Amino acid sequence: MKNVPCLLSSGVVTTISKLTKTCVLRLTPDNLFFILSGKVTNGGVGMWCELLQNNFFDEYQMEGVSSEFNQICLEVSPENLSRALRTVQCAKSVKIKLTKKHCACLTVAAELPTLSSASRVVTHDVPVEVIPRRLWQEFKEPVMPDFDVSIYLPPLKMLKNVVDRMKNLSNFLVIEANLNGEMNLKIQTDLVSVSTHFKDLGNPPWGPSQRGDPELLAEATVDIRKLQQFLVGQQVNPTKAMCNIVHQNVVHLILLHEDVSLQYFIPAVA
Amino acid sequence: MQCVVTGGNVKVLGKAVHSLSRIGDELYVEPQEEGLALRSVNSSRSAYASFLFAPLFFSRYSIPRGLNFRCKLAIKSVQTVFRSLATLEKTVEKCHIGLDEQKDRLTFTLHCKHGLLKTHNLSYQDSESLEAVFDKDSCANVFRAQPRVLVDTVVHFPTSLEEVTLTLSDERMWVRNHVEDEAERSKAVLTELCLAADEFDHFDIKLHNSITFCLKEFRGLLLFAESTGLPVTMYLDEPGSPVVLSVTDSVLEGNFVLATLSDDHYLRQSNRGADAEQTRPPDDFMNDDMDAYLIAMDSSVAPGPSTADPPSLAAFRKPPAPNYRTRTYSEEEEDGEEDPERPPDKKFRSLFFGSVLPPSPRRSSQPFTTQEVLASDSEEDEAEAD
Repeated sequence: MKNVPCLLSSGVVTTISKLTKTCVLRLTPDNLFFILSGKVTNGGVGMWCELLQNNFFDEYQMEGVSSEFNQICLEVSPENLSRALRTVQCAKSVKIKLTKKHCACLTVAAELPTLSSASRVVTHDVPVEVIPRRLWQEFKEPVMPDFDVSIYLPPLKMLKNVVDRMKNLSNFLVIEANLNGEMNLKIQTDLVSVSTHFKDLGNPPWGPSQRGDPELLAEATVDIRKLQQFLVGQQVNPTKAMCNIVHQNVVHLILLHEDVSLQYFIPAVA
Repeated sequence: MQCVVTGGNVKVLGKAVHSLSRIGDELYVEPQEEGLALRSVNSSRSAYASFLFAPLFFSRYSIPRGLNFRCKLAIKSVQTVFRSLATLEKTVEKCHIGLDEQKDRLTFTLHCKHGLLKTHNLSYQDSESLEAVFDKDSCANVFRAQPRVLVDTVVHFPTSLEEVTLTLSDERMWVRNHVEDEAERSKAVLTELCLAADEFDHFDIKLHNSITFCLKEFRGLLLFAESTGLPVTMYLDEPGSPVVLSVTDSVLEGNFVLATLSDDHYLRQSNRGADAEQTRPPDDFMNDDMDAYLIAMDSSVAPGPSTADPPSLAAFRKPPAPNYRTRTYSEEEEDGEEDPERPPDKKFRSLFFGSVLPPSPRRSSQPFTTQEVLASDSEEDEAEAD
């Protein structure tokens, strides 16, 4: 289906492997998507990660069921895939192929440099499940929620440090932000209340700037582990990191890299 | 007993202890005329490792004539002496190993820079000699490689992986992870690596077969080989007979003896796969029988020549006969005995007794050529997966 000698950075997959044990890999002629639809079983967390195929692969061939439904959906374990890609990082070339072995597999085949003239070939057969077409409608791009506030995030490393420490004190965290570039992270327990204030973060040009008071805070309480998971996987600072908040409903995090975009939805707890 | 190690050799000694710690929980120390022997065996007795440091390795090596001293120590406590090998190299100038007979302590003294002296007094237990019975020279397949080649090979496998399978042919060696049962196969990532003969310093394969053994201990030896830069020689024979990994130098010798999977099912399957002109993927040993693992070892009574010994150690006594094959007779005898301690399944045997060969050596005529299989498979798949 896919025959791709590539210089593939496994970074994206590694990031995703921190977020979820399994996800859906959707292949279309132009894009690759890693999708986690927000089901109750995974705590309502949703993920949508989009890669442009020609930024990653020198060669890319795919053929779906028909020209009308020209896509492939696979259930993969990002951790397995990430491990396979990690070991072939120094390879001369890497091919990823959908194959039928003992079960359907994504076969990562790499040509590795050696000291001798011949090169060494390593293959990793990562088991996948091919998802039938009737289930495809689940994997549509999530609609942008009608958020109350959209704000740029402070450097993710800083955010991570704060959240990691708050994690020791509480299981839930309140994120609040306004259209004046201010964001607060708060925890409240019987024993302690901690809040961290960020100022002058800036607000993206989109969104409801005309709506009322810019000082008005929109807030959402989220499971702190979900936020931590998201932050732990971020190894490189993205070009843009944004957060949309629908008051007491959902936190929508968006990371834009040059060739990857990642959206992550954390539902608010009551 | 006086052993003094200086300079870079302290690190070598430390690495040896660390790599032995991958095998077992106890370190057997035996000062001999021909050098200081450090050995270890794992609890299931499927893996054994020994290092012999020749007197020349030490800047001073003296053992009293007729000293008949052997002991075992908790390997963890010896590891503590050589903790942090990186700093060891920089700070320690001299390591002195002595025996305090009054207090029954083995003393490791590290002479560090600035006159700092660190003394570790380790208590020990008396023990019998621990020595495995193996014969490298009778092994059909031998190859030698620079440690880097093998390290770069095992790095592709997850650390949690228990066993790997080596498949050997005249020109190539395949390494793949061994997955036990069918349920696991559909979940596990199967990794396969192909190495050409010219990556090896020496590659002499007489028997085309597949050998499965534990990866953890193999990594242990590589740890040592990589830091000392010594090439690793591997001696393999039939499935079921132990594989020996060794590193040698003018002043030291290290041997790791690991049990291999002896499974008739497995043999048949993999050979049929090969004989059927590569119609099946080589790793397709579906009916692999878990019971047939020669991983668990048994410390049953061995009425060998050394009856005075504790039973479990009898196996490791220096044998009167050099070849382990001659030991199979006593093993057969033992099978007849009623021993409540015996594991129920006779397939589980001690590595060093259990080197019982399959009835006839099967030779697969044709090695597996993986890449072709891969290609043809994917064609098929394109139709099916759609």
